[in-house]
Amino acid sequence: MANKLKLRVVTPAKDFFNGECDMAVLKTIDGDTGILYGHQPLTTVLDLGYLRIIDNNNEKRSTMLGGFAKVNSEGLTIISEAAEWADEIDVQRALESKKRAEQRLEQGGKDNDEVDVLRAEASLKRALLRLGLAEK
Amino acid sequence: MASMRDIKRRIKSVNSTRQITKAMNLVASSKLNKAKQRLEGTKPYAQETRKVIAEIGAAMGGISHPLFGNEIKGNKALIIVISGDKGLCGGYNSSVCKEAQSLADGKEVKLITVGLKGREYFKRRNFTFDKSVVGISERFDYNDAAAIGARALKLFEDGEVDSVYLVYTRFISSISSTPKAIRLLPVDAEEFKGEIEETTSLTLYEPSEEEVLDYVVPKYVNTVIYGGMVESSVCELGARMAAMDAATDNAEEMLDSLNLLYNRVRQGAITQEITEIVSGSNALE
Repeated sequence: MANKLKLRVVTPAKDFFNGECDMAVLKTIDGDTGILYGHQPLTTVLDLGYLRIIDNNNEKRSTMLGGFAKVNSEGLTIISEAAEWADEIDVQRALESKKRAEQRLEQGGKDNDEVDVLRAEASLKRALLRLGLAEK
Repeated sequence: MASMRDIKRRIKSVNSTRQITKAMNLVASSKLNKAKQRLEGTKPYAQETRKVIAEIGAAMGGISHPLFGNEIKGNKALIIVISGDKGLCGGYNSSVCKEAQSLADGKEVKLITVGLKGREYFKRRNFTFDKSVVGISERFDYNDAAAIGARALKLFEDGEVDSVYLVYTRFISSISSTPKAIRLLPVDAEEFKGEIEETTSLTLYEPSEEEVLDYVVPKYVNTVIYGGMVESSVCELGARMAAMDAATDNAEEMLDSLNLLYNRVRQGAITQEITEIVSGSNALE
């Protein structure tokens, strides 16, 4: 039997996941990275994206809204700003924030307020990410 | 001597106060349990964030980063004060404000206050505010802390302040807490020494050590602020619970002595009435 990767995901609010899996796929700022058991020690910054936990050919997905990941001899530790499983996502709220963000982007285009545009873009990205996972 | 009706009215009012304080005590203690769990939940995140900074520090052989430094260059300070929105919690609000005020002594200070009480305290004393956040002391989330952290970082990076402090209340036990001031920026690199068990100099940093650090340090600041907010809210509830418990005890003591007084007056009145009746009937004979 192959060795399992120890995975721990912590967010400011709680210990999100603590267990073992065959492989974890992260979205780092350089692209998707799969981590297997015995990976070289690594610390990397995560982008907004999904975390895929693959165990016995089952795949579990959660959102991962930025953060960083660390691999050492103990396994993989992900420290994320926010994470949620598909069933925890509030679709209604995500739809609303998507709408809000889109409106703001339209207005922001005229006013040219850089910070607001960036914020709206980030919020839109988060909403789309959540909706994408909830729909699956 | 007070009349029976006066005493009765007094008993009624003390009794209703007692009911309120008792209810507040119960509410605070149930909220306290929830807040304590939340506090436990924030710890792993804060620890892991610190560890990564310490590891990078060890790997780079000392951290050189604009946000790090041992010396504070100037006298301009930003103080983030975390207080509550409501009173009725003993010395909780005033002690954290006093701590912040003594820290502010001799510095050119800008304030960010969280909570209504902190704002009132420093407004009366004519401090300069940068930002004041109210109405979130009981339901705040990480994003509130991140917004404050982002503001603090911006002021620091723009050179508008030379140091950033956080004043919050440290949790010791449900009935005991103490105000505490910590330096947030510049981050003291010394603090991170001795944090790590293993030096993995082989660790790969993607994209690079500097970029990881650029990402992690602001997160660290946010985490400390968030942790401070959560810890303070636990203390606020603990202080309120203790204060309301004491108030309920006092009310009960008062009720006891009022009841005693009431009965004495009542008995006096009866005795007097009997004496009157007896002497009246004696006079008739």
